[in-house]
Amino acid sequence: MALWILSKKKTADWAQRLMANYEVVGPVAKDGAFVFAPLRRPEELRLDYPITLQSPKAYFLPPEETLLRFRRGAPPEAEPVHQERRRVLFGVHPCDINATWLLDLAFSQDTLDTPYMERRERALIVGLDCLTPCDEHSFCKSMGSLEVTGGYDIFLTDLGEVYAAEAGTEAGQKLLEQYAEITPASAEDTARLNTVLSEKWTRFTRKLSLEPEDLAEMLEQTYDNPLWEELAKKCLGCGSCNLVCPTCYCFDVQDRMKLNLQEGDRRRLWDGCMLKDFTRVASGEVFREHRSGRLRHRFYRKGKYMYEDYGRFGCVGCGRCVRACLVKIDPVEVFNTLDASCKV
Amino acid sequence: MEEQTQTSGSLYLPRMAEILQTRRLTEKENLFTLRLERGQSLAQHPGQFVEVSLFGIGEAPISVSSSPTRNGTFELCVRAVGDVTNAMHQMGVGEWLGIRGPFGHGFPVEKMRGKDLLFAAGGLGLAPLRSLIQFVLDERESFGRVIFLYGSRNPSELLFREELDEWAHRNDIEFHLTVDRAGPEWTGHVGVITTLFPGVAVNPRSTVAVTCGPPIMYRFVLIELLAKGIPESQVYLSLERRMKCGVGKCGHCQINGVYCCQEGPVFSYAQIKGLKEAIG
Repeated sequence: MALWILSKKKTADWAQRLMANYEVVGPVAKDGAFVFAPLRRPEELRLDYPITLQSPKAYFLPPEETLLRFRRGAPPEAEPVHQERRRVLFGVHPCDINATWLLDLAFSQDTLDTPYMERRERALIVGLDCLTPCDEHSFCKSMGSLEVTGGYDIFLTDLGEVYAAEAGTEAGQKLLEQYAEITPASAEDTARLNTVLSEKWTRFTRKLSLEPEDLAEMLEQTYDNPLWEELAKKCLGCGSCNLVCPTCYCFDVQDRMKLNLQEGDRRRLWDGCMLKDFTRVASGEVFREHRSGRLRHRFYRKGKYMYEDYGRFGCVGCGRCVRACLVKIDPVEVFNTLDASCKV
Repeated sequence: MEEQTQTSGSLYLPRMAEILQTRRLTEKENLFTLRLERGQSLAQHPGQFVEVSLFGIGEAPISVSSSPTRNGTFELCVRAVGDVTNAMHQMGVGEWLGIRGPFGHGFPVEKMRGKDLLFAAGGLGLAPLRSLIQFVLDERESFGRVIFLYGSRNPSELLFREELDEWAHRNDIEFHLTVDRAGPEWTGHVGVITTLFPGVAVNPRSTVAVTCGPPIMYRFVLIELLAKGIPESQVYLSLERRMKCGVGKCGHCQINGVYCCQEGPVFSYAQIKGLKEAIG
């Protein structure tokens, strides 16, 4: 698709025009960190952010959402809740674009998850490339997710005073033409973009000791590795890693009644496989009782199960889990330690 | 029979069903006869499950206990053990609930035709097996021997007593019943279900075994079935997990990398023997 040039100074104007027709969600500063939030003013947009506390997944799968509204009776009545809001997610980094791609597959393969798909189909993603690692924890390049091959409507690259803007879809092209002040990229701009892109790769140094494609087979060999028990002694089982992970999407379903005890709604809420009750059945049996088993399950999902189901990795190397972890369980250390044990 | 999952409308929107009859089976289990709104057929495959909705309480996965060959209505055998099931036990004829599904893969009835069938049910495990047993009895001439083993903790916990009585008196079912413990009034066999196996001779290659019961039972019943030489691909079991969505999204029922709600709840032993989380 075509390449355009957009002045950085005009970015706020672009956002402002979009705000007339869309809810524009972008990185904003909050309490010394950054979060994705609906912009109240265009100048809140902070495209210089390193990484947000949470990925933008909450805008497709909110922490709590209403699936149905119901009224008791004979027969009862139930109506699904539809999502109409049109959104632009602004400044999404490659790791989160790749994570969203995985969520799209998880919520559309075999059966369409209507609430997710309604939000997703009404959202446009304006991606923003990373030219330096956000901090010492990220290992996106190693997971192959510093690179984006799709999953965005527009993709921006910082060229200093201007952004190079590539439209990834027809909808993205329209978003540029109708709302932004753009000029076609010159041969010089394209050359500059290529230089910037070729120079960024060497700055990303943190990596796994194996190729991500080999994680599944390595994990297969380390099911009974003592590391799971060792980690379980440290792990608090708090589920913070589940909360901040851009590809964790497991959920619980709960009903809430109004005080009239006749009407209510059915909601889904984020849940986490690190929590002991996650596999509890009504009789009281817990099928993944030990923390070591729950840790292993989480890492297997990230390195193996999701890859086998969807052909994409369940880990995008964003490093949010280790940043949130109170005892600093680091996915790179976990995978590398397991890998080393296979090579002895 | 083509297996289908419900895809029209919202994935999470139940269809409504009316309670036509409730029958007390034991102190803890009731059998509910239900009919979907507008006379729709559930079109379940034996061994599939549904998500039962009690609005304001929640949803619970329950296996269907009746065969699709008995159409128009369907039956759920429900133990009062959680929020939804306890509330369900308070419900009576003329009341309504929600149903999503049927979901998952049931028993491979087409592969079972012409084969001898060995059923081994423990406790509430009879609930999902009954859908297949009814199916087999309704098309009895399509199957070979029917050997039925059922174990319960004590006589008062036996489910479907009237049907057990009927099956015991049929000459085309080899019927074996046991209880773990019993008082002097019990004249039948006493002992765990595995004590019934020495009395059963099978032709292993032409036998399909189907078992359902608590996880602990599987460990011992599987040993018996495999010891009889029945191939691993001809031993089927139905696994219990907490399916919240029924469609492979919510994550709760995953057994290693396998979604029990989609690939199961019925699995062959060959399918699950490599899954370390399957039966512990």
